[in-house]
Amino acid sequence: MTARARLFRAPMTIASLVLVCLFGILAVVAPILWGEEALTARPTELLQGPSAEHLLGTDNLGRDLLLRTLVATRLSLGLAVLATLLAAVAGVLVGGLPAVLGGRVQRTFGAVINTWLAFPVLLLAMLVAILLGAGTTTAVLALVLTMTPSFARLAQTLASRVGGSEYLAAARMLGVSRRRQFTRYVLPNIAEPVIVNVTISIGGGLLALSSLSFLGVGVQPPDYDWGRLLKDGFAQVYNSPTAVIGPAVAVVLAGVAFGALGESLAGHLRGQDHGHTGGRRGPAPGPGPGSGPDGGQPSTPDTLLEVDGLSVAFPGEHGWVRPVRDVSLTIRAGEIVGVAGESGSGKSVTMMAIAQLSAPGAEVAARTLRFGDEDLTLLRGRALRGALTGVGVVFQDSLTALNPAMRVGAQLAEVPRTQRGVARRQANRDAVAALDAVAIPDPARRAGQFPHELSGGMRQRALIAMSQIGRPSLIIADEPTTALDVTVARRVMRLLRRECDRTGAAVLVSSHDIAVLGELCQRVLVMYAGRVVEDVPVDALRDPARLAHPYTRALVAALPDLDSDRDAPLATIPGEPPDPADPAPGCGFAARCALATDRCRAEVPELTGHRHGGRVACWHPQDREVVRS
Amino acid sequence: MSALDVTDLTVRFGRGAGALVAVDGVNLRVESGGVLGLVGESGSGKSTIARVVAGLRRPSAGTVTVDGRDVTGRRLPARERARLIQMIFQDPYSSLNPRMTVGETIEEALAAREEQDAAARRAGARELLDLVRLKATVAQAYPRQLSGGMRQRVAIARCLAVKPKVIVADEITSALDASVQGSVLNLLRDLRAELGLSMLFISHNLAVVRYLADRIAVMHHGRIVEEGPSDEIVHAPRHEYTATLVGAVPSLDNAGTDVLTRDEP
Ligand SMILES: Nc1ncnc2c1ncn2[C@@H]1O[C@H](COP(=O)(O)OP(=O)(O)O)[C@@H](O)[C@H]1O
Ligand code: SF4
Ligand SMILES: [Mg+2]
Repeated sequence: MTARARLFRAPMTIASLVLVCLFGILAVVAPILWGEEALTARPTELLQGPSAEHLLGTDNLGRDLLLRTLVATRLSLGLAVLATLLAAVAGVLVGGLPAVLGGRVQRTFGAVINTWLAFPVLLLAMLVAILLGAGTTTAVLALVLTMTPSFARLAQTLASRVGGSEYLAAARMLGVSRRRQFTRYVLPNIAEPVIVNVTISIGGGLLALSSLSFLGVGVQPPDYDWGRLLKDGFAQVYNSPTAVIGPAVAVVLAGVAFGALGESLAGHLRGQDHGHTGGRRGPAPGPGPGSGPDGGQPSTPDTLLEVDGLSVAFPGEHGWVRPVRDVSLTIRAGEIVGVAGESGSGKSVTMMAIAQLSAPGAEVAARTLRFGDEDLTLLRGRALRGALTGVGVVFQDSLTALNPAMRVGAQLAEVPRTQRGVARRQANRDAVAALDAVAIPDPARRAGQFPHELSGGMRQRALIAMSQIGRPSLIIADEPTTALDVTVARRVMRLLRRECDRTGAAVLVSSHDIAVLGELCQRVLVMYAGRVVEDVPVDALRDPARLAHPYTRALVAALPDLDSDRDAPLATIPGEPPDPADPAPGCGFAARCALATDRCRAEVPELTGHRHGGRVACWHPQDREVVRS
Repeated sequence: MSALDVTDLTVRFGRGAGALVAVDGVNLRVESGGVLGLVGESGSGKSTIARVVAGLRRPSAGTVTVDGRDVTGRRLPARERARLIQMIFQDPYSSLNPRMTVGETIEEALAAREEQDAAARRAGARELLDLVRLKATVAQAYPRQLSGGMRQRVAIARCLAVKPKVIVADEITSALDASVQGSVLNLLRDLRAELGLSMLFISHNLAVVRYLADRIAVMHHGRIVEEGPSDEIVHAPRHEYTATLVGAVPSLDNAGTDVLTRDEP
């Protein structure tokens, strides 16, 4: 609802909406109020210029031109709306129905629409005029015929997306009738863009109809629309030049109003699709009261990355939302560190903030953000970009992370070319060598292919190759294996591990599967509700009794393995993770933790050094008994 | 007695010499009240089999019968096929109509069961939500308001509403978090005990399949390379490829070791 409220605050929307409403009111009341008078001929006042009595003058029968312009609103707009709606209905049927009628029909209709679209508009209008003779019906019909195919094309594109969707497949499997598939599944899911398009098209339709009337093909006397008024005015343009002003202004104003309203609705829809968040709401809160500079791990000489008190906030519907709070971590040179946690726990936001790739609008604050010798919080512009050439990033979705319109090899070659000014030939050779290094067979041929021609596993390898080619000392890999099946995922992980052993690069890698991280990493950071709750050396994962945080224990227990007891339920974590927009005081896990006490619900536990060699943020760490025994 | 029989199923994409044989002479059988697991890496043909069995694709050769009735032919009326077989999809984000509430989605499925009375349908939807451990208030929600795990429960409820003879579940937990996956698996396990479901359960993860299935069929390049009781497949694989799959399951027992880099080139 607030998104809708925002839409109606935009000045452009308000202006066009007011205009459209005014025209609508005019179309209804003008003929009632002035219909008679606009027809009154005054033999004594023929072809007069503007006067106090007739603001826009009179025509060759002495009729008031202002009133005629106002009264013509109904016919002009009415016809435009009628033609557009007819075209929209026809287009949606032609373009949308095939989605529920199966492949062959879809192809036939597609061909029909294409041919239709290619047909010259003017020729079509002429043909109709010749066949039916000039007149209102002719004009409307011609317009419907020319507008239908573009609606059909739009509906076809939208509907084929619905047609390929699994919810429609599910409906088909339920035996839902075709008609209902269309009305209940296809139509509601394509309605919004079609409605927007109707609004835009009314403007265009109005112009087209006016042109037809102007040319004498459309509305015929004694009826009159704006186009007809323009035609009559033009005939007298040397005697009374003001005669064309009224209808001309009306046509342009109405055309622009509908077009602008449609465009701003369309802009709103696009924004919605991209999860657009609104403007700023006051300053972002700084990093919360945290463990302080000494709360993190002590940095040793070979520390590569040191992060302390990292918080990230986004503007939300009701003020700032902070999905990452007071995160601190260090990575040593060559170390492989995992980040585990369920989706929404803040893994991606944390990693992207470290790589300085936060989404626009995000507020990133940190007490310390040190990479190598550089303090990233102090660097800007070129100096920052320079420091970041030492960081390679691997994204989860290999298809969207690569430019679909660029050959894989060329994309890899970009890196050395822009970062180190390497010549193109050499850069291309580097690219092929990098693909070869990640065990992509026939690397020279693959380099010449586009991303979609590679399988998911191969694309993920290409991304790893790309992250390596700049010879980074740190690789940040956000869920690099989540979209892959276990076999392919394993190959990708093995590759990551080998590449790092070879180049000495350190890795920060996330996954929601803690077992995957256990095999790949030396240390795992467990995140919950935007905070690091446990920082644990992986050998402790082998023996769950050594795990200190109840959430880490739950994550580990939830995984089925090849020896899980099939007669007992798998361990689960009851409840849902907290909404970052509505954080509770105290420990974020308290609402789902069986061990929560009043203290847990009131005070945030600090992340402090723990006997397993890592760190824990919990008031009641669970490994106590085991260690004592 | 068998609930589902897949016989000599072959599916080709494209024609002539360039055709890709996605499924190559596959035989499968799901016992009544039993769960057959189907494992294999992506691209091995699992989902193609699922779609043919569910009637969303026509096979190039072979038959699929449920309760002895051929479900691949065109002559079977949609509603009858619906009551023989239903499918649960991988991605609960795209398998629910974003413009229908959870209640409407489930009632739609109840209508397929020829339940005409609106009040009875509403009551039925409430019962089904309860069956998949969701609150009755979820009926008014739209899919976008639910978490991934909750959506998958809705998809399961929609499928159960029809009381199909056989359920095909294609990678239904792989889009979910590890911790949410557990609760969905538990739910299916309980429902199986309560309702005696017959199911073809597809996943690339052997540990997940083993937890639910009595028998497992291993698929590789469009063929079934091994089939047998779950524990035999997992603990005493006979085919080399099965052993690879067993080795690919990430295990906490390997944490901190170099198992990852040790095996295979
Ligand atoms: N660009 C953004 N604008 C607003 N909120 C965001 C943005 N990106 C992520 N978030 C929110 O931050 C939280 C953490 O998300 P994320 O880091 O993606 O979690 P994870 O990677 O652990 O799944 C989520 O609640 C998410 O909705
Ligand atoms: S601090 Fe308390 S509520 Fe939080 S995880 Fe520890 S015991 Fe549970
Ligand atoms: Mg993420």
